[in-house]
Parts: sequence; C-alpha cells; structure tokens
Amino acid sequence: MINLKINGKEVQVPEGTTVLQAAGQVGVTIPTLCNHPDLHATGGCRICVVDVKGWRTPMASCTLPASEGMEVETHSPAILKSRKTILELLLANHPRDCLTCDVGGSCELQDLSYEYQVQVPEWGTKGTRYIADSDPNPFVRVDMNRCIQCTRCVRACTEIQGRFVWTMAERGFDTHPVPGADTDMLDARCESCGACVAYCPTGALSDKMSYGQGRTHQVKKVMTTCTFCGVGCQFELNVKDGRVIRVTSTEEAPVNGNHLCVKGRYGYDFIHHPDRLVKPKVRRYLIEGKKKKTKGKPWEWVETDWDTALDLAARKLHDVRTNFGADSIGVLTSAKCTNEENYVMNKFARQVLGTNNIDHCARL
Amino acid sequence: MSNSMDDVAKYAELLFIIGSNTTEQHPVFGSMLRQAVIQRGAKLIVADPRRIDITEFATMHLRQKSGTDVALINGLMYLILENGWEDKAFIEERCENFDEFKATVMQYPPEKTSQITGISVEDLRQAAQMMGENHPMAVMWAMGITQHIVGVRNVMDLANLQMLLGNMGKPGGGVNPLRGQNNVQGACDMGGLPNVYPGYQPVINEEVIKKFESAWGAAAPAKVGLTVTEMMPGIPEGKIHALYVLGENPVMSDPDSAHIRHCLEEIDLFILQEIFPTETAAYADILLPGVTFAEKTGTFTNTERRVQMVHKAIEPVGEARDDWKITAELAQRVLALGGRELLSDAPLKGWDYATSEEIMVEVSKLTPSYTGINHARLDNGERLQWPVPTAEHPGTPILHTKAFSRGKGKFMPIDFVPAPELPDDEYPFILNTGRVIYHWHGGEMTRRSKGIMEVYGKPLIELNPDDAEKMGVNGNKTLRVTSRRGAIEAEASVTDRVPPGMVFANFHFPESSANELTIAALDPVAKIPEYKVCAVKVELVK
Repeated sequence: MINLKINGKEVQVPEGTTVLQAAGQVGVTIPTLCNHPDLHATGGCRICVVDVKGWRTPMASCTLPASEGMEVETHSPAILKSRKTILELLLANHPRDCLTCDVGGSCELQDLSYEYQVQVPEWGTKGTRYIADSDPNPFVRVDMNRCIQCTRCVRACTEIQGRFVWTMAERGFDTHPVPGADTDMLDARCESCGACVAYCPTGALSDKMSYGQGRTHQVKKVMTTCTFCGVGCQFELNVKDGRVIRVTSTEEAPVNGNHLCVKGRYGYDFIHHPDRLVKPKVRRYLIEGKKKKTKGKPWEWVETDWDTALDLAARKLHDVRTNFGADSIGVLTSAKCTNEENYVMNKFARQVLGTNNIDHCARL
Repeated sequence: MSNSMDDVAKYAELLFIIGSNTTEQHPVFGSMLRQAVIQRGAKLIVADPRRIDITEFATMHLRQKSGTDVALINGLMYLILENGWEDKAFIEERCENFDEFKATVMQYPPEKTSQITGISVEDLRQAAQMMGENHPMAVMWAMGITQHIVGVRNVMDLANLQMLLGNMGKPGGGVNPLRGQNNVQGACDMGGLPNVYPGYQPVINEEVIKKFESAWGAAAPAKVGLTVTEMMPGIPEGKIHALYVLGENPVMSDPDSAHIRHCLEEIDLFILQEIFPTETAAYADILLPGVTFAEKTGTFTNTERRVQMVHKAIEPVGEARDDWKITAELAQRVLALGGRELLSDAPLKGWDYATSEEIMVEVSKLTPSYTGINHARLDNGERLQWPVPTAEHPGTPILHTKAFSRGKGKFMPIDFVPAPELPDDEYPFILNTGRVIYHWHGGEMTRRSKGIMEVYGKPLIELNPDDAEKMGVNGNKTLRVTSRRGAIEAEASVTDRVPPGMVFANFHFPESSANELTIAALDPVAKIPEYKVCAVKVELVK
C-alpha cells in the first residue's frame, strides 16, 4: 500500500492507483474531460492537473501514479488558474451554439465552463471550421466543430466496441477524429453501436434520431431491459410527452454498462410506428355468426371493443375444446414477452384449457 | 449458460466459439470477447463454416463443412486423449461412463476427422493442443450448433469436451449456449414448453401434476404436449383445431413457410395477440393488441439466467393492453363457460392479478429456482441469477461448481450423422441461414425502424466470389435460390464470408425469406429444425 496526502488528508491506496482515483477515495473531485473510468487514461486534456509538492510543473492526475509520501494539492489558486486557461483554450475554437446544441444540460464542457465561470474568449476563432452533421450515418450526428480532441470516441470504439472506426487525423490546431481514412462511418465498418456518442463529453457526436426532440432535463428516464437479444442489456428509455424519444446507456446496467448495440440503442422507433395494432379486430364471419371459409379470400377485419373480441375468443375456444378436446388447441407463448406473461400463458394452457400443447420459438 | 458473461470475458484463457456469430447476434457480449482477446491476450478458436466477423480476432479459424460438428468435436477429443491432455482427476471424481465414451471417440482419428470436416490434420492437432494447454476454456455456441437434426448430439458432445478438459464449474469455463431472444430463457423457465411446468418440473411426473393441481385447482393430463414444429403440421392432420398465439410470427420464423401458410389456412380458430399486423396476422381470426416492452412492467431472464426488471415507460398506445391482462381476461371468460372444474380450495386458482408483481409472487411459490425472486429485490438493485432458492439467497452466477444436477457428469458416446439433405446434381449448393446484426428475427420490429432500414433495407444473399465468377455475377445482381420447397429472389452480396458451394440467406424480409427454402427436418429429441443445412440451386436472374 502507498501512503500519500491529498489536500492535507492522509490516504492509503494500492500500488497502481492514480492520483485522480486516490482523490476520489477521500471525496475530492478533480474535474476531468478526456478521462473516463471505462477507458485507458491518456492525460490529453490536462483539465485534471494537480500540484505535487516539490515538482516543478502541474501534473495530469489521471495518468499520475500515486507514490509514497506524495503531497498533492488539487484546488490551489495556481491550479484553478491553470484549469481556467485550459478551458478558455478549449472554448476558443468552440462554436457559440449551446442554445441549440442537443446535449445542452448533459455536456461536460458546458458544466465545467459553468463551474469555473469561463467565457468564450473574444480572441477565439469565429465561424465554423467543419460541416455540421457531416456524416450520413442515420444514427450518429457528427459535428466536429464541437470536438475538444479528447479522443474518447477513438478509445470507446477501440476499447469497448473493438471496431477501430475512429482515429485522429491531422496535426496541431487541425487535429480531429475521422472515421477510417477520413471516409464516412459506415464505410469505415461502423456497426452503429453508438459507444462513441455515449462517451463523447460534448455535442460533437450526438444521437441523430432524437436531435432537437428533448434535452436530458426535459425527459423522464426509465431504466429497463432490452427487448432484442438474450444478453440482457439494460438502458434508460427517455420519455417526453408520452413518447420514447431516445435510449441512453448507463454505467448502472449490470451486464453492459455504457455499452449497447445498434438495435438496443437505435432500434426503438418501432414502438410508435403507425402500424401498431391499437384496437381489437375480428373477422366479419364471427360477428355475423357465419361459417369460416377455409379456402379463398379471407373475411374482412372488423374493429371491435375488447369485450366483444374477448367474448368471441373465449366462446370459440370453449367450442373447439368441447368438440375436439383440449389437446386440439395449441398455445404459443412468446420469448419476446415477460416471465409474468409467459407464466400466465402456461397456466392458461394447463389450468384453463387442460393441455400441455404449449411452446414458443426457442427452437427457431 | 453455466457461467456468466463477465467471468468468461475476464477469466477464460481460451475462448471456443462454435456455431455462434457472436459479434452480430449477441453484439455486446461479442464486444466483450473481442476485448478479452485485445486487452488480455485470451486465445480464441472459432469453428464456423462462414468467415464471420469475430474470426478477425481468432487465433485459429476452423472452417468445418456444414453439419460436421460432432466429427470435429470427437476428432479434437481423440487428440486430447492421445496426448494425455484430459483432466484425469476431474473425470475420476466428477464424471461417469468414461470408457464407453472413449471407445466412441477413438473412432475419430485425425485423418478420418479431416476427411469428414474438411479441416486439415495439422489444424486439428494445433487446436487440440491449444485446448490441452489453456485452462480454463469457455465454450460458447448458439443456433449454429442446435439448429440441426443432430442439435442434441452437438450439445452433448460439447459437454463431453468440457468435462474431458475439466472446464466445468469454474470461472472462465463452462458450457455457454447464447440464448437468442431477450426472454427465451424465461419463457422456458416459466413452463412455455410442452414437457415441463415452470422450473422444468416434468409434466409426466405424478407428484408435479399433484402439486400444480392443488395450487391451481386443475392441471393438464400426464402427457407431453406438441412442440411448435409439431403443432403446425398437426393442423392439416386434424390434430390441432385452434391456436392461441402470443407475439410469435411462424410464417417468418418456422421452416418451410409455404407449408406453414398452408397449415394456417386450414385452422378453425386462430387467436393472435400481437403488436403489429405481421405476416402471420393475415391468417388470424381474432387479433388482440398487446404492448411493447416500453409499455409494460415485468421481468426478462437473460442468457446467463439473470432475472432483470422491465419497467413501464409509457402508457399502452391506443386501446392496446398489457399482455398478461389480456390472457387473464380470456382465462376468466373461458372458465366461466364451464367444462373445467377447479378444486375449490386451490389457493392459486384465481386470475384476478392486480399487477405483474403479484404474478411473480405466484411464480416464486411454484418454481423452485425462482423461490427467492421478487420485484422488490430486483428494484432494490439486487443482481439475481437463478437458482435463487430463498429470499435471502444471493443467486448462482456459476452452475455445477461442486456437482452436476444429476450428481456425476455422464459422458455420452456420440456418433456423427450427416445432414438430411446434402447437395446433389440438381441442387448443388448448401444453404445456410441466420440473422444479420441490424435486424431481429422475422423483422417485425426492425423493419419498422427507419434508421435500421437505411443501413440494411433489403435482403441480401451471400455468395462466394469463385461461384460468383463462374455464374457471371458481377455487381448488384439478383439471384434466384431454389430448394425442393420454394424459391426466393434477392440481391447477391459477393463475399468470402461464405465458402465456395454455400449461400447464406436471412429471414428478415417477407419478400425473400430464407424460410421459404428451409427443410422441416427435426432433431428427434428437441424437435428443432435443420436450419443450417439444406440443398439449393442458385441462378443468376437475367
């Protein structure tokens, strides 16, 4: 174990712990931008700089291993001044479009500018440098004007998804992430998992489907489990005005953390599709008490109320059982539905009907 | 899965993926496995006739001929035994029937195995050595192993392999089937199968029947019911007169679609509870509008037996209702019509549930593996993987740590049997079928997702470049693929993902679904269809 002091407080940490992590243990929050606990630290943005007693320059705490006897100051006047300057430099080429930015309210750069009371400097670049919404990917909105070169997208694609779509191009002031060899995302073999969006601290990469539909403070977030595959990812459905407008990932999810796939993160718009069945329907022959023809054109659909549809369904099931026995009825339950729904289907087949003819698509 | 996804990703020294397109079908777990290779240096063997995406990360890709998995696994076990790489202590202490099993495995020397599987002797030796030297090894599979007439044999042989290597009951090991649907594990756990009540309690066991009879007031007779693959053909045979179907689309997902449509045309009564007017809805008599996952509260059980909450985020659209409420309403009405006497003192005979939480309370009373599971614990943030035998039990992330469910692990001698319909002069190609990353199953949901349709908006048939050249397929050309059961037309995707002599088609699009072509040959035990091998001819549409 290593003993060090952070803002005068004694702290003991295992070897390999960074100063940033050690500070977290004693409740000291050092601001970060390029750092994320899920990703390898790079020490790129410098916002997490701290003073170490006896050291000549401020050090990036996210990549600084704690060492024995270290005395660290995280919020000294000199450090606060450094951070303000760093923020000012980041804002110098940042567009003044917080009013219309989709991630307003969930932007780490905005939060830090607010906390450190830093304005966009007068001497900064005017005008945009990149085309907004520059990539044809239907899920990810790319606006490199808002990029702060933290490389979290590059690391998320490499270290979480394992697809290597993003890479940093050019040098100096022009450094920015590009997909593949500066092509578009899908061409660079992007699988549209949206990890780069989830890890982007600003609005450089945001969700295209929900752009302009609701910021984080305007939505109700409901944690739930994905409806697609058996991995069991959890995420938050973002609801505004009774509609699901976005899916956000969260580190709280036991299986997947911040990671999702294209279907889980972006395949939600079927929920409000106009094709949804919204009223019970029965074939006209049932309403008119006629016989069902089994060949030729089927009878037309008639929309009914629930009582009519359920009474007809119950009566017809009862008739089939009376005439042909319970084993002449088959019940298919659903691997898409909940345990509770599957349980009642099993009870329906066995208790209500009296048959073991129940199955679902496990085999298919 | 006998193990959990995170322990496989964290602790397996060797990952053996056979018959699972993990990065496309279980993408988040697929990414975890990629990271195990990149960040931790775990070794990876992929056995798959197709050069699926995860093979890019593989130490070895064994490209066996379709449907030869048993020969491959037996051949690997032959080499493991020949070199003394088996876990003798594990076999001695935890297993039985080793000698009979060994006699069968010794029928698969490398030269013979190579001849059947098409994998070189050298590759077989190298793979066996990796398995012998890297412990623990986790085996992952999915429908590439199970959707064969030998599905059960394939699974048993993988269990043999893991027992032989002593990879059971420890982190980073295990037999790990990746379940397809979000809640296929739960649907099975809840008795959505013709042979078992909830918690896999057999329907032919008198004690079990008595248990449910006294709880519900009535139970089914001691007779195994029909599977979905038996119900459909049972309609024209006069065995099945009515169907009540919840959220399933057999016209898209069952083999031999033309035959399924024919069967559904013959049915007397078809009640379908759905969210969309699916391809199957065209054959229904009564359509009851259910709700999506966003509109309901309940639980799903994932592939690692983890039970998790689903929370209602929005009100049901239109007049749609919670699916359990529809079933409960129907149950009450059918019971009211008489013809089914319930024991009056049965405590759980009723259908007047106020919430899905109450249903889970009933589940926990009747399902041993779910005894300690309730919504309150899950909402408190407890992470529960069944079995959870008591309300205080923390759940069971790894199965079989000390003993197998039956006590000793029984080695099963398994022999190779070829697929039922192999290429011939008239139908010279193998058709392999499955899904793609962007779409889900019959496509009911994903075809109604705008962005997904922008990325993958039409069916594609994978064709090897050598075959494409022979046929003159150059660019976006349409193919006609014909089997003994039907024909489809779709654009060719020329790619060496498929070997020469194979085409791969998906079943996401009704206009050209692979299931128009597939064969309804079934595994004799599991009744699962042979989706991965049938014979087709492939022509260029001019």
